[in-house]
Amino acid sequence: MQKLESFSLVQKETSTNTLLNTLRCRLRPGELAVEAFLFLAAVISIFVTIGIVYVLGVETWSFFGRINWEDTNKQLAQPVGPADTRLVVTESGSPIPVGAIIRLDDEIMQVTAVKGNQLAVQRGQENTLPAPHKEKLDIYEGERVVLWEFFTETRWEPQIGNFGVLPLLNATLMTSAIAMLVALPLGLAAAIYLSEYAGPRTRSILKPVLEVLAGIPTVVYGYFALTFMTPLLRMIFGDDVVQIYNTASAGIVIGILVIPLVSSMSEDALSAVPRALREAAYGLGATRLETVLQVVLPAAASGVTAAFIVAISRAIGETMIVAIAAGAGPNFTFNPFEAAETMTGHIVRISGGDLSYDSIDYNSIFAIGLTLFALTLTLNIISRYVVAHFREEYE
Amino acid sequence: MNRVSTFPQESQLRRLLARRKRIGWLWQVVFLLATILVVLSLIVLLYNIVVGAFGYVIVQDKVSPQEIVQTYTDTPEAALHTLSADQYRFILEQNLSKGLLRRLNSEAPLTERSREELYRLVVERVVKPRVVQSYSLVDSIFERDKIFAEAAALPHSRVEFRRWLNLDFLTGKQASVPELAGVRTALLGSLWVIAITVVVALPLGVAAAIYLEEYAAVVANPWLRRLNAVIQTNINNLAGVPSIIYGILGLAIFVRGLEAFTSGAAFGATADGATANGRTIMSAGLTLALLILPIIIINAQEAIRAVPQSLRQASMGLGATRWQTIWHHVLPSALPGILTGTILSVSRALGETAPLVVVGASTFITIDPDGPFSKFTTLTIQIYQWTARPQDEFRNIAAAAIIVLLVLLLTLNAAAILLRNRYSRRLV
Repeated sequence: MQKLESFSLVQKETSTNTLLNTLRCRLRPGELAVEAFLFLAAVISIFVTIGIVYVLGVETWSFFGRINWEDTNKQLAQPVGPADTRLVVTESGSPIPVGAIIRLDDEIMQVTAVKGNQLAVQRGQENTLPAPHKEKLDIYEGERVVLWEFFTETRWEPQIGNFGVLPLLNATLMTSAIAMLVALPLGLAAAIYLSEYAGPRTRSILKPVLEVLAGIPTVVYGYFALTFMTPLLRMIFGDDVVQIYNTASAGIVIGILVIPLVSSMSEDALSAVPRALREAAYGLGATRLETVLQVVLPAAASGVTAAFIVAISRAIGETMIVAIAAGAGPNFTFNPFEAAETMTGHIVRISGGDLSYDSIDYNSIFAIGLTLFALTLTLNIISRYVVAHFREEYE
Repeated sequence: MNRVSTFPQESQLRRLLARRKRIGWLWQVVFLLATILVVLSLIVLLYNIVVGAFGYVIVQDKVSPQEIVQTYTDTPEAALHTLSADQYRFILEQNLSKGLLRRLNSEAPLTERSREELYRLVVERVVKPRVVQSYSLVDSIFERDKIFAEAAALPHSRVEFRRWLNLDFLTGKQASVPELAGVRTALLGSLWVIAITVVVALPLGVAAAIYLEEYAAVVANPWLRRLNAVIQTNINNLAGVPSIIYGILGLAIFVRGLEAFTSGAAFGATADGATANGRTIMSAGLTLALLILPIIIINAQEAIRAVPQSLRQASMGLGATRWQTIWHHVLPSALPGILTGTILSVSRALGETAPLVVVGASTFITIDPDGPFSKFTTLTIQIYQWTARPQDEFRNIAAAAIIVLLVLLLTLNAAAILLRNRYSRRLV
């Protein structure tokens, strides 16, 4: 009936706008609700990113703001009242420099001057209240983690105040570099073979093999590294040269892991190059190899580069292989046959046990995680940029 | 004119051509070899696992079974496994310490346990067979004599061919001795975690994909358009974030921040020994859900994009609303593609280890998970734990567990391929 009436409106020659409005402006709350729900689902991904950045940021902030207390082995030689600004301490223990932050019980003080066994202090620092302290109370010296130290110190020993991420970063870069040495030539060669030489039959066998390789869980690759690659390396180079846990074995296996990624992305780039280009090269008398290396590969350069960068990012973020095969314990070394813990390996080892929430280890996970996140995100953004800006467009 | 004279003569030209062709052929061989090497690495990887999961072991008993039968029964000729429940109980009472007996009785009284259970206890606690040496399948075949000679030198020992992957392994619970350990708890844990992951990630992922494909394109508001572009870029970037970062996110948000919710305390789930603060199946499932969400979205987007535009136009031309078009036409056509993508991302989640370690998978539990708020371990965590142990026998059960995991993944992938094939046939 409604429809008939609206048609009759037209016959009565009322404004067509009214008709359009009756058709267009009907509110459909159900449709709106559905759209709102779908929109929210899409927005969740933004929240995930914000969550990652927020969580990593906040905990890293508290990592760097954190004061770690170390026992100086000095004690108070005389009791102190709440208003005293002079402390008399024992002879023993490590010296306390001017400017240091010290802690007695719950009170934090700053040392303003040192004269022999006497310290001049400002009481009640860091929002603590001055309180009387008894004789023989242990004195702790506080140390802050400094950003500069984080990136330059070559030792990572959080328990005794050494917070240099370099050994972990170095191991990560080493395994990734070794992985790239394996994955780039093999992956690119496989991609060239698949896209330029192999017939459809060979392709139909080889492509699934690569897919299977890509689908194997990383923990299985870890098993492979430890039970096959390491013994193989030890057989080749000798047991005294190659340690049981080493970065070379982990790196090579990471390389095998990212080969499918490199080859499938490169192959996509290669096969996206138009046929006309190849035919023109053949027409000029080029051999197949010359066509591939001098025409097709340059034309697909942006895609291949992007594949490499994504592969590097994947290798840096790879965890289980290094956790199993690269060894535990940070070690600043450039010898690929020595054990060295990577950033990801460290996170896994530290969080493997029951981790208490206000320990330095818990905070350090986030600082390392943020470094890792920044590295991989940068690489991913660069790869996207390379594809978008350096792509050779044909046709 | 000089040029004409330097142009190569025919014989020279032929030589040059032959050389170019030779180089071309050489490189083709290099490319082929590289490809073969890749295939070879897959074969070696699988071979290495199979070889680890089967082989000879030298088993040494602490006390020989015959000795036990002779000491504690009137029938010295009987085999240990033929005794009655009472006899087993007697042997146990004679050999175990009071404390251990009390503990066993408090778990389940010995008098109520079945004969098989008691027999297993006798073997486990009294005979105490221990694998002292294990060999890979290759060694078992080629160095058979050496293995038997070695076994003969050890008292109370024998050589057994052991399939580390057997029914007991699938149904057995975690144990501290490799030959008694099983993956039952881990397998159930994996299934629970995956179930939660799918329940959370699938609807959200598909909804997000529908929005981005069907609604985002027709938005007029420039701010909203920009937001949609940001969402799209963001999803692509999230897909490249290392999985361990998701683990850290899960640790901070689900395990610590939402502890009341993920430990089940908010729902009145009692906080007994089985519920471990926030380190539960719930936290693990939600973490993996966030991990595979971008992958599901991207796959679902592709599936939705592949639905012909004419379908939408026809539906809307008949007066259907946007949602009616999506619900009745776009989604049914895109469903096989979406499911294929989902299965592939589920197999990714099933193989994840690192985020689960960070979220706090238990290293050793023998109780089956009984709900989303119990402690958990998964297949991958077990494989990691066992591989990291220095003893060879643990490597063997790690290999067996890997086979279980790979079979599971293979089944999932086969299902995905079947779906894909059916789908492509219907399009034609």
